[in-house]
Amino acid sequence: MGEELKVIVFSLAGEQYGIEVDKVRTIERMMPVTRVPKTPPFVKGVINLRGVVTPVIDLRGRFGLPEAETTENSRIITVQVNDIEVGFIVDSANDVIDIDSDKIEAPPEVVGGVKAKYLRGVAKLDDDRLLIMLNLVEVLNKDEIIQLEQLGSES
Amino acid sequence: MDMNAYLSMFIDESNDHLQALNENLLRLENSPDDLSIVQDIFRSAHTLKGMSATMGFEDLAHLTHEMENVLDLVRNGKLKMDSHIFDTLFRGLDALESMVRDIVGGGTGKLDVSELVGQLRKIVSGEYTAAAETVAAAEAPAGTGTPQAGEAVLDQFQYSVLQQSLGTGHRVYQAVVTLRGDCVLKSARAYMVFNVLEQAGEVVKSLPSVQDIEQEKFDSSFTVFLISQWAADELKKRIEDISEIESVHVTELDAEALSALSKPSQPSGPARPADGQDKPKAAGSAPAGAADRRPATGAVASKTIRVDIERLDVLMNLFSELLIDRVRLEQLASEIKSAELTETVEHMARISADLQNIVLKLRMVPVETVFNRFPRMVRDLAKSLNKKVDLVITGAETELDRTVIDEIGDPLVHLLRNSVDHGIEPPEKRREAGKPETGTVHLRAFHSGNNVFIEIEDDGGGIRRDKVLATAVKRGIITEEQGKSMTDEEVYMLIFSPGFSTAEQVSDISGRGVGLDVVKSKINSLGGSVTVTSELGKGTVFSIQLPLTLSIISAMLIKLGSEKYAIPLSSIMETTIVKRSQIHNIHGSAMIEFRGAIIPVVSLAEVLDSPDYDDRREEECEAVIIRKGDKWAAVLVDDFLGQSDIVLKSLGKYLSGYSVISGATILGDGQVALIIDPNALIK
Repeated sequence: MGEELKVIVFSLAGEQYGIEVDKVRTIERMMPVTRVPKTPPFVKGVINLRGVVTPVIDLRGRFGLPEAETTENSRIITVQVNDIEVGFIVDSANDVIDIDSDKIEAPPEVVGGVKAKYLRGVAKLDDDRLLIMLNLVEVLNKDEIIQLEQLGSES
Repeated sequence: MDMNAYLSMFIDESNDHLQALNENLLRLENSPDDLSIVQDIFRSAHTLKGMSATMGFEDLAHLTHEMENVLDLVRNGKLKMDSHIFDTLFRGLDALESMVRDIVGGGTGKLDVSELVGQLRKIVSGEYTAAAETVAAAEAPAGTGTPQAGEAVLDQFQYSVLQQSLGTGHRVYQAVVTLRGDCVLKSARAYMVFNVLEQAGEVVKSLPSVQDIEQEKFDSSFTVFLISQWAADELKKRIEDISEIESVHVTELDAEALSALSKPSQPSGPARPADGQDKPKAAGSAPAGAADRRPATGAVASKTIRVDIERLDVLMNLFSELLIDRVRLEQLASEIKSAELTETVEHMARISADLQNIVLKLRMVPVETVFNRFPRMVRDLAKSLNKKVDLVITGAETELDRTVIDEIGDPLVHLLRNSVDHGIEPPEKRREAGKPETGTVHLRAFHSGNNVFIEIEDDGGGIRRDKVLATAVKRGIITEEQGKSMTDEEVYMLIFSPGFSTAEQVSDISGRGVGLDVVKSKINSLGGSVTVTSELGKGTVFSIQLPLTLSIISAMLIKLGSEKYAIPLSSIMETTIVKRSQIHNIHGSAMIEFRGAIIPVVSLAEVLDSPDYDDRREEECEAVIIRKGDKWAAVLVDDFLGQSDIVLKSLGKYLSGYSVISGATILGDGQVALIIDPNALIK
């Protein structure tokens, strides 16, 4: 048996995703977002998270999935990785579960339309559900944003 | 072993021990037979001796050692405490204190203690006891009359009074009156003496004070300073006529003696009569005396405290929260229109403004901390370049926010290197040009409004416009055509362009083409700007303008459709209204005429891709005139919302590097508003 991981489960475009609990700072209901000009489209802007100005990105947009209107269930999950604090807009935050790290398998090339490099792996849960574990470092990789931007400005 | 690390600990502990010694000696004076007090005193003295010896303060250790010897005898019952021993021990303590004070002030703690040591040795050897009764009487007045180590007998006022009397032909006397040992009503006798003295002239000062004498708080003698027309003999005779007077010494004082009396023989704090004359008083008010004494000794060491910068940041953050609430309250108060609420909020606003000042001041550090490494650097540089350069620093005490201080060092190094390397010419060249061989680089810092300016001025060759232009064209920074129409200032600013270098030879010091552009971007990132003025053959001035603080700024809040933005007030010149008909299209860019100049028009909505506002639909537009250096621009906005102190917040690492937006702030309603970097709007 590998180590136990506590994971926050959220859903995005019909799939279940997981982020380790220790990377998550808060889960918030939707709140007013201030648009920041000249940023990639998936960067929705910034929010006032109890006095701290925190950027918010739409995970759907980040993964190239079609964007959707936010609903009553939409949540902002703020995570902190390597000093970078960012909020993710997700369709809903569902659960906190324990999974065995041995049960996380390397991801296939594309899962649910999300490129493998953003993923840490896929965990099979007891009830046969699949949980996609995110590789936060890659998701928050700034260099890629800069590349995206340059592509955007050239096109 | 590096003793400096232990010095502050030593000072703290010595002060504690001296304090304990003082208190216990006073207690002992009150109950001389309580040997447990002697034990305490002995322990303190012993520890003090050990510490000072370890720290290498030999005089301190030496004196403590001798005092310890005396105490040892007392402790073992071989010696009985009497007033002379107390006197000597107290004087020893005073000397110890002044040594420790010297150490606190950065001195070596050296003091000539031979006289005291001699006296202490006499006590130990028992030489003094035989003569004690008579000597004590004879010595006491002498002790009172002459300035004690560490005491100014006369204060400044008394001194000047006496000095002036001398000037007007009066005589100034110091009279030491000793009453007979068997005198019963000492204060009554003293009163009679004072009566005589007052007939003779005016008593300026008495030791101990008149009050103490009235309450018999003196041993057997007292000293007075008086101004009189009488002759010394006459005075002496009249006092001696009073009964129960043991002796009277009258000395006439001249100007020199006066000034000697008015000066403490060594830097020392509160004067304390080293004689036992104030025994009853001292014993009665020991705690008070001790309290008085404490600040004097510890003052230097406890003037400042070290605080973790993080705590200051926390304080700053909390204060920012408060400021946001204040703005919110102000809004609410103006909506509700309750006089009482408005009054309270106004009061709170004033207090928070004061608080803001203090919080900001806490973070201020003198630029000295950055400047002090430059003289050495410039010296080394000049040497390696075979140039002669003087660095003149002024305004090193100018204070700047810590964050700015931490960041400004590197840009200044670059600019100074640049001045020494490119600015100041070699000595031969300077001689040919009729200048002194030694070049001068001025490094100045000064406040102006909400900004701090740092200038680097050299008296070197100045910037050659043609050379700069040629290089800029060669490097593809500008075209030859563009160069022709540029003003001198614009040309000079080219040296800050990325990839620019005028040095013909690449030297170690500067001229690798990286550097000045880095300087400029660093200063810009600090919210500042840099400008150059230069005169060929005379020299060059680099002027850096920096904001006083990076935490709280005054800003103009503006609206752009549904969005709110803040523009720092520091770069706003004025606000105006621009009619669409006034906007002209010149060479494809929108311009307006403003105060006799043609300045570009910037559509903020266009720059920020505003989703629901377009100034082209408006017939009349509000505009903010902003300035960057001497360039102006009119920025079209939707509406002005007003002026406010805003707290600068970073957008977070994830969004850093978007040039138009320099940060964010939280408005009173909890919404985030972005702060526009005006520098990015002017190309």
